[in-house]
Amino acid sequence: MCRLAAVTSKEYENPYSVVCALETMKEGHDGSGMGLLLKFLGGEFEELKQYPALSGIASKNGVEMLDEYMAKQGFKLVHAWSPKIRKVKGVQERDYYFTRFYDYPNWLKDASHDEKIHYLMRTRVELRKLGQKDESLIVFSFYPDVIMLKEVGDPLEVAEFFSLDEGYLKAKIILAQGRQNTNYSINLYACHPFFIEGYSTMTNGENTAFVPIREFLMSRNYPGYIGYDSDSEVFTHILHYMHKILGYPLYYYKDVITPLKPEEADKRDDAQALHLMRYSLRRLCIDGPNCVIGVLPDGYTFMVQDSKKLRPGVVGGYPGRYGLMSEVCGLDRLIPDRDRSKDYYPMRYDMIIVLPNAEGILHWDQKRGSFIEERAAVV
Amino acid sequence: MSTLYLNKPESHELTLKDFPYIINWRDDRCKRCGNCTAVCPMRAIEASVRLERKVVSEGELPEPKVIAKVVSIVKQVDDIERYCNGCATCSLVCPNNAIEPVYNPQHKFLHYINAHGEAYKRGGRRNDPSLSTLDRIKFTRISMLTDPALDAGRHEFRVRTLLGRILPPEELPLKVENGKLVVDRSSGKFIPPVREIFPIIIGSMSVGALSPPMWEGLAMGIAYLNEVEKIPVLMCSGEGGVPPRLLKSRYIKYFILQIASGYFGWDEIIHAIPEMVEDPAAIEIKYGQGAKPGDGGLLPAEKVIDMIAQIRGVPKGVDLASPPTHQTKYSIEEAVAKMIQSMSMAFGFRVPVYPKISGTRTARAVLNNLARNPYAAALYIDGEDGGTGAAYNVSLDKMGHPIASNLRECYLDLVKQGKQNELPLIAAGGVGKTGHLAANAAALIMLGASAVAIGKYIMQAAAGCLGDEYNRCNICNTGKCPRGITTQDPRLWRRLDADRVAERVVEVFKAAETELKKIFAPMGRSTELPIGMSDGISIDDKEMAERLQISYVC
Repeated sequence: MCRLAAVTSKEYENPYSVVCALETMKEGHDGSGMGLLLKFLGGEFEELKQYPALSGIASKNGVEMLDEYMAKQGFKLVHAWSPKIRKVKGVQERDYYFTRFYDYPNWLKDASHDEKIHYLMRTRVELRKLGQKDESLIVFSFYPDVIMLKEVGDPLEVAEFFSLDEGYLKAKIILAQGRQNTNYSINLYACHPFFIEGYSTMTNGENTAFVPIREFLMSRNYPGYIGYDSDSEVFTHILHYMHKILGYPLYYYKDVITPLKPEEADKRDDAQALHLMRYSLRRLCIDGPNCVIGVLPDGYTFMVQDSKKLRPGVVGGYPGRYGLMSEVCGLDRLIPDRDRSKDYYPMRYDMIIVLPNAEGILHWDQKRGSFIEERAAVV
Repeated sequence: MSTLYLNKPESHELTLKDFPYIINWRDDRCKRCGNCTAVCPMRAIEASVRLERKVVSEGELPEPKVIAKVVSIVKQVDDIERYCNGCATCSLVCPNNAIEPVYNPQHKFLHYINAHGEAYKRGGRRNDPSLSTLDRIKFTRISMLTDPALDAGRHEFRVRTLLGRILPPEELPLKVENGKLVVDRSSGKFIPPVREIFPIIIGSMSVGALSPPMWEGLAMGIAYLNEVEKIPVLMCSGEGGVPPRLLKSRYIKYFILQIASGYFGWDEIIHAIPEMVEDPAAIEIKYGQGAKPGDGGLLPAEKVIDMIAQIRGVPKGVDLASPPTHQTKYSIEEAVAKMIQSMSMAFGFRVPVYPKISGTRTARAVLNNLARNPYAAALYIDGEDGGTGAAYNVSLDKMGHPIASNLRECYLDLVKQGKQNELPLIAAGGVGKTGHLAANAAALIMLGASAVAIGKYIMQAAAGCLGDEYNRCNICNTGKCPRGITTQDPRLWRRLDADRVAERVVEVFKAAETELKKIFAPMGRSTELPIGMSDGISIDDKEMAERLQISYVC
């Protein structure tokens, strides 16, 4: 089972401590890879927040291809950054790990935020296509104030490989996933978290409804709905689809992926909408067992799972710092000084949303179709 | 002329070896009660006599002598029009197991059955007993350790599907108000009616084609399943109207009303609309039937008794042949759209209306037309293994398209257009042919069907229909059904107990639901029907796998 660890904080966090939390959940062989998403960057990147950051891995040829393509599109390189690589047994080094900060092409500068973001996504997709054949160029994200790192290997070793223990990388929101490869071949594009236009999720558990969901998403003809090297990538795209394309509030994500039974939906005051959604979005019902941890472009993070997830994930912490983990031992490692009685173990009807800057927690009760007030009052 | 050759074999006389079934009668067991000859629907056997030469010895010492004795026997006639159809009703009534028909694989039945220039007509389905594509599909994606399998007996399952046009999410008239999604009535957007149903439907079999106890039994079974068992199974009326009392009852919501090219019964239905207390589940417009593509329905005169004539609004005792096509039909773009529109309008746009076609290589053309018609509620494709009450044998055996690939190409076409969730596909034709109802249904669902329909299977399972793919019985067209299923002769249909039929319908669907769960549970699916979950199935033939775009296993 994949391991998931995330932190959202008003202060900058060290990704290594999140990887260490991930490490406590290790139960066996787990060398299929690690993925990291860092959002709201600190340190040397604080000055670069307005520039879109392209994260990926390239061979020597790949870099040339990248430079040529980006120049052609009118992107101007502002800053190139690479993680410090330390030789680690078990992790095979590739030519060039990078996050490159670009200035927008002149013609795009006056475009709206959405247009810019969309163009960044399309550029990422084109770069992915360019490098896919010979794996000379692998790109994970192209978005302002976001860095993604991924590599095959044991998560702790990968963290050491990137020298994360030196503490040179800081971010306010960090998502980390230790991948326990199951059905699909080891491939960096299959490594969570997945990213599209500021939305990112990571998941554990197998997605048995993968093929119909993938077919549905791909048939939306949205340029970013590609890939699907992992059955979990659909969770990110479902989130993007319902929140950005359809414009539904975040808590309806639960109603999309795990809809209520009709007789349960009848009891909610938005029953009519729920029934229509259940029909029209039927193909996006996940059928579990899955725990999903995700982040929105504006910094909301959340955890949700379906009723088949027998051992739920956990969200805990205190205002200013919250952890979202697939297992409680990870949370104990990351935030040992929290009040454990205030931990949330989201069950079949729950969705836990952490506000931006970790200001507090919202507990959405799908059955009632409302936030639980007494819990909301706590935060 | 034959009298000239009294002592010579008649060249045109058939031997019993030419017949599809040969009667095995045992002299030593028969008590000459005459039950078998009385009950035979074909008059294929008759009481006869035979002169027997016997050598006997009656004294204490052997003193053999020859005697001649006339004995009564049961004899199979060699008249092709009175062929034994293998129904085995004789065996059913025989008190001593003295008689049974035996299939003769060397028969030349089709060579001779066209006597008087009449092409052979029959009921049943395609006479092909080989394993169908559906029966070769296996469920191979078993969850175990990567994803725990579910307990079919204890886990919460929802084996339901949707019948009706589904709006694409982008077109839903929803808006956010105070953080909640609400339906935006001001948009004026038409929200098509949708029914949430059990994914196996009882397909169209008409009052008239079926006997009163058979139709009534099915209807009672359906009502019980819905009302008591809470399994929302639907049944289609077939072309031939609906009994008026049912039409005006609240149970009509469990029925799909079919309109076909003869429009039989529709005058009565339209006039009853103001008195109807519930809407029907759906309206099915029949353009084709898998068993006899290109042919209309046919109810022979002998089945058009008083009651049937009243329900259908026709004179009694006349052949009721529906034309091969709707007479109002000019083109799919115009007339089919109009018909869907008219039927929708008749029921205030509250009832899903969908067409039924026979499996055909042109199915995608129909599909694409319907995909663009926002009022089309589904497409029902009836494959070549579908059954019928009466059709030409050549249509049954040689016309039509297998359902598996026809359905799959239609589904993949919808996927390409992103409309796979908008226009449900209903697949039929050979579902449960070998008794694997749930497995065949699940295979079709994973190939892309939203629902499947059964006809022949439910007649066999619920009423003991004797027909099979060795042309056993298959005389539904004659009105002489020995089980009383497809007859209007009270002497025959009194053999059938409507209550028992209803009971069996309930048993069949309850068992099918359990079996569907037993298939879906190990595949990790329980919340939504796994429509189009093609990674879950495989087949043991490479070319079939390629055609169906599923994996090959051996």
